[in-house]
Amino acid sequence: MKADPIRRAVIAGLGTAGAAALVGFGWQMLKPPPPATALRGADLERGHRLRQGGFPPPSVTEETAIVIAGGGIAGLAAGWTLAEAGFRNFRLLELEDRVGGNSRSGRNAVSAYPLGAHYLPIPNREAGAVRHLLRRAGALTGEAEGAPVYDPYQLCGDLQERLLWRGRWQEGLIPRTGLTARDQADFEAFHAAMEAFKARVGADGRPAFATPVAYSSRDADLLALDRIGFGDWLRAQGWGSPVLHAYLRYCTRDDYGCEPGQVSAWAGIHYFAGRRGWAAGADGDNVLTWPEGNDRLARFMAAAFPASIRSGRIVHRVARDGDSVLVDSFDAAAGRTVRTRAAAAILAMPHFVAERVAPGLVPRSTSLSYAPWLVANVTVDRLPGGRGAPLAWDNVSATGESLGYVVATHQSEARPAGTVLSWYMPLSREDPTAARRRLLETDEAAWRRLVLDDLLAMNPELDGAVREIELWRWGHAMVRPTPGTVWTEAPRIAAAEPPLYLAHSDLSGLSLFEEAHYHGTRAAEAAMTRLGHAHGTLL
Amino acid sequence: MADSAAADVGRRHGSEASSPRRLSAPAAALVASAFVVATCGLVYELLASTIASYLLGDSVTQFSTVIGTYLFAMGIGSWCSRYVRRDPLRLFVRVELLIALVGGCSAAALFLLFPMVDHFRVALYTIVLAIGFFVGLEIPLLMRILRDGFDFREVVSTVLTFDYVGALAASLLFPLLLVPHLGMIRTGFLFGIANAAVALALILVVPRRRELRLEQAAAWAILAVLAVGMIAAERVQRWAETASYQDPILYAASTPFQRIVLTRSGDDLKLFLNGNLQFSSRDEYRYHEALVHPALGRVTAPREVLVLGGGDGLAVREILKHPGVEHVTLVDLDPAMTRLFSRSGILTRLNGNAFQDRRVRVINADGFRWAREAQGRYDAIVVDLPDPVDFSLGKLYTDSFYREVARLLAPGGMMSVQSTSPLVAPQAYWSVAATLESVGLNIRPYHAYVPSFGEWGFILAAHGAIPAAVRIPAGGRFLTAEGAERLFDFPPDMARRPAPVNRLDNQALVRLFSEEWGRYEG
Repeated sequence: MKADPIRRAVIAGLGTAGAAALVGFGWQMLKPPPPATALRGADLERGHRLRQGGFPPPSVTEETAIVIAGGGIAGLAAGWTLAEAGFRNFRLLELEDRVGGNSRSGRNAVSAYPLGAHYLPIPNREAGAVRHLLRRAGALTGEAEGAPVYDPYQLCGDLQERLLWRGRWQEGLIPRTGLTARDQADFEAFHAAMEAFKARVGADGRPAFATPVAYSSRDADLLALDRIGFGDWLRAQGWGSPVLHAYLRYCTRDDYGCEPGQVSAWAGIHYFAGRRGWAAGADGDNVLTWPEGNDRLARFMAAAFPASIRSGRIVHRVARDGDSVLVDSFDAAAGRTVRTRAAAAILAMPHFVAERVAPGLVPRSTSLSYAPWLVANVTVDRLPGGRGAPLAWDNVSATGESLGYVVATHQSEARPAGTVLSWYMPLSREDPTAARRRLLETDEAAWRRLVLDDLLAMNPELDGAVREIELWRWGHAMVRPTPGTVWTEAPRIAAAEPPLYLAHSDLSGLSLFEEAHYHGTRAAEAAMTRLGHAHGTLL
Repeated sequence: MADSAAADVGRRHGSEASSPRRLSAPAAALVASAFVVATCGLVYELLASTIASYLLGDSVTQFSTVIGTYLFAMGIGSWCSRYVRRDPLRLFVRVELLIALVGGCSAAALFLLFPMVDHFRVALYTIVLAIGFFVGLEIPLLMRILRDGFDFREVVSTVLTFDYVGALAASLLFPLLLVPHLGMIRTGFLFGIANAAVALALILVVPRRRELRLEQAAAWAILAVLAVGMIAAERVQRWAETASYQDPILYAASTPFQRIVLTRSGDDLKLFLNGNLQFSSRDEYRYHEALVHPALGRVTAPREVLVLGGGDGLAVREILKHPGVEHVTLVDLDPAMTRLFSRSGILTRLNGNAFQDRRVRVINADGFRWAREAQGRYDAIVVDLPDPVDFSLGKLYTDSFYREVARLLAPGGMMSVQSTSPLVAPQAYWSVAATLESVGLNIRPYHAYVPSFGEWGFILAAHGAIPAAVRIPAGGRFLTAEGAERLFDFPPDMARRPAPVNRLDNQALVRLFSEEWGRYEG
């Protein structure tokens, strides 16, 4: 009996296919399922409702001494300042369900994580109000050698930053290897110029670049820097190193959501020269950070006046009525408009909203624009690794379009098995309106792919370890400090007539915690002065 | 109808072969399979015995019980073969495939199961019983398949001869070639492949391929699984172990926290965590006596003792030598580590069964987190943590950590900290000293010679003054009261030098440690 070679081949083939199928099936069983995704963001419906109008007329009227419209950092700082001064008769109205604004956070079984703002640099000497907040919040624990001491668990632990540069992670964000003589010379010249700006004190005795911005020198040559673009200024210095430019691009996108050519030279320099962190026993360049990001501070402030907070209230009209202010807000849950009559009002909302709801009372801006951002919180089963420097708090790729990710559990004293990576990307390449449209129109699956591709390009070893991706769209994440914004437009639009006060980081032209906090504190102090409530000042 | 397949093979042989001495291909394959099957059977038995004695210690007991269980299971298998009435060839093929799968994966399974299951012996004897049972079925089935074509006298003689020769082959191959060159996990997979190959060869050789389609598909699948296992085992072993350890690996496990590897060469056991030597059983007494007694011997009545790290239980062994110790609380991150050192025979002999002592309480938690939350005061604290090789471990040497530990130290209490080599990494060593001082502790640095580590450093710390007088418990092999005093002398090459305080936000120690050890190791 002769064996039939065809049949034998077929059977062998089937056997092999079966074996392969079995192995494949086993692999599928072992391979984790694709990550779950959620697409969220600032409440679009409520925001757009504001634009469309058509709210019912007020059916209820409530009275209070001060009404704060907006529960971001500026509004919370205003409320906290009032509460600290023992002023209790006020209301804070917030459009979203939760206060915190850009500093809001999420939480899952693995960790809390930021949805936006996630750190606060060690404050400068001039930032007394922020320091007071940090002292009360337990982040500033005492003094040594006349300088503030910060809680070591809240100071960002080493390793703070690493950069994926030419296939290898290295410490810090400035490339160290493979630099040409030109690169090195330009970096040195750039750093020297920034150090000089950092050290400079203006003719008015103020630091050249301060945080908050309001404390900066008004020297004419410095203010002139706000009228030219950062890109032009860099070119004028003759620094052509592409590595330096890539680094600066990371920096302006990181702080302002903008390309270097889009921001003013003053704003670009402020990133490097406006921070002179003052601390004992710590590196002044370090930052304070928490798993939930700046929500730690937002919640701390909100906890001082929980009974005054009304969330889910869309403020849609602000008007003067004699000496008082009328604030109409639509209560999303009750479906009715509430009129709040107050002796003073603090509009702690982005300026594009303030000018819409208080026409005639708030100066209209002709040039403010806002950068859209995408933030993804990626829950992973294991910690990212990689060749070279170990996992840091902030992990950046020199070639990625994103700004990389921060590790939510970095401050944990124990080494966790899994973590949440907060991944950031400003949509800075196109014009903000077009970028905002792309942000809203691109579907969840496409964003998820983009986030995963970007993350896995940095850390291929995370393939299969991604459990969950929470996408958060910020249409108007931060004001863009384009030329003329900080020193021309922002001071102009800040001028409102008491008893109406404006409070927002837009009024500084820089979307920073310290700026929002400054304006909130300032507005609250001014409102108390007007109402004759005795208070100290932190400004 | 009975034994139709056997009749098939036999008669065909009888009718077609020109001489009864020349075997047909199917019959030759069957006889050859007796040899392979015997070799495989013995290899599985040896694997199970060897792994059991590696993991559980006491090789006489392990070999004896595993072999006994195995032979007994073979007996059950042989007995059960009588109930096979139809088609013994098909059953033989199936049994081969089952042995290939269970036996082939047995070594990998045993190594994997050991750190995971609570009752390792149940798993061990279940696997041994299963393999033994199937192996016991093999020879009777084989004899029945062959008996129709041969004289029964010839069948018994041929099959048993090959069986015993195969056993000899296995017993020589195993210690000389397989374990040293392949490792146990790959040996298992290799012999699984041999078993599956026998099954497949039979399927292809006997003229019944069509009927055995299912078996053939299964054979290919099992071969694929075993081949993948073989490749994966090889990669993992070469990558993680055999390249980096000088001595044969006794035990290796990956826990969520670390890679635990135990090696043995003669009577020398070495423990590695993430590739870093933790102790060598030849000289660990020097390290642990020096770590424990200078601290406990200076406390008037050490009743409550805390150990941070030290999951090997060796420091606890020394602590329990101090009379009056009422409670020892040991906080170690990794449950797999403390479990290994409370179960494995060779390891519990080393730590004197420290974890079974009523006075000892083991807490599996991160030391830093535990210390931040812990209340209570301890008369003595022994900090026996791995070297600061990375930022996670570096946190356990920071001022923030020592502040928490100091809070747990009773007013008259003493604490000792293992703190790398003052000779190889003097800046790192003195950084630990500076960090302890920065939280307000008084310190007395000292060092001891531990051959497998080199010159090793420790630091005594206390809230108040550190007395000179020390009691050293009897029965030690290294420390005496006079000798203990000499440990405080630092020659110029290890003398104190300026070093930074290690903080969470600068991790100065990790950088110094890797720099100085990197320079030393070239």
